[in-house]
Amino acid sequence: MTASPADVVVGTELPEFVVRVTRADLVRYAGASGDFNPIHWSDRVATSVGLPGVIAHGMFTMAVAARAVTAWTGDPAGLVEYQVRFGRPVVVPDDDEGAEVTVRGKVGAVLENGRVRVDLTVTSGGEKVLSLARATVQLR
Amino acid sequence: MVLDRELVGRSYPPSAVYEVGRAKIAEFAAAVGATDAVHRDPDAARAAGHPHVIAPPTFAIVVSLEAAFVVLGDPEVGLDYSRVVHGEQKFAHHRPIHAGDRLVATTTIDAVRSVAGNDLLTARVELTTEGGEAVCTTVSMLVARGEGGGAA
Repeated sequence: MTASPADVVVGTELPEFVVRVTRADLVRYAGASGDFNPIHWSDRVATSVGLPGVIAHGMFTMAVAARAVTAWTGDPAGLVEYQVRFGRPVVVPDDDEGAEVTVRGKVGAVLENGRVRVDLTVTSGGEKVLSLARATVQLR
Repeated sequence: MVLDRELVGRSYPPSAVYEVGRAKIAEFAAAVGATDAVHRDPDAARAAGHPHVIAPPTFAIVVSLEAAFVVLGDPEVGLDYSRVVHGEQKFAHHRPIHAGDRLVATTTIDAVRSVAGNDLLTARVELTTEGGEAVCTTVSMLVARGEGGGAA
């Protein structure tokens, strides 16, 4: 089921979206994005700069959160504006479970021409990891 | 150190052309778990009205973050690269990026400020085609952590 402009009002909630993030995901994202900063794959380097351990790329978390929106609209091309602040890092342990990232979204405004603003709440381990996370989407 | 406000408005020369490949889009889509057919299947993309497979919404960062980093290489900016973290990111898509696009990135410093001992620099990157068609505007706020600075 995807969102249609007729059904969407301020306060409409997106289906909750939960993703598990493992070290393998970070290695794959490093290769695909070209961001090889070792804080995303080396505990030695991550802890040497004061982090609790390897953390996910902020841009990876941002990309995962976008999927909550595009899964709802059914149209990746409809995400016309998208912004986040990287609040807290997503710490990804070196095990098979990894970290869980939960994305919740709610329509914050109905704009003109079939566009809506979606306000996202993105958490991991009960802590908000992205703040001021907003997407403007074109509904079909 | 404190960034010089005179830097606001400074623009850098356009980047070399980045040609968007179909395989790169598929690789990026797989890495972020974007399973929509429009990222992989040219027929599905065309059926949805696109000239070729389209990139996921944050793919522009592959081109734009490196472009934004020209700022860090500017000796007059003088940010300590080892202390720089990504503070905020924004994308405004003028149209989806698709395979075959030949993109040029032009970087401008939009803002500088200091907060709690951290230097904050906002770099805007305009991604256009070689022909000048606007494709995506990305805005990256970079944080150079001061000693004891809190951003992560």
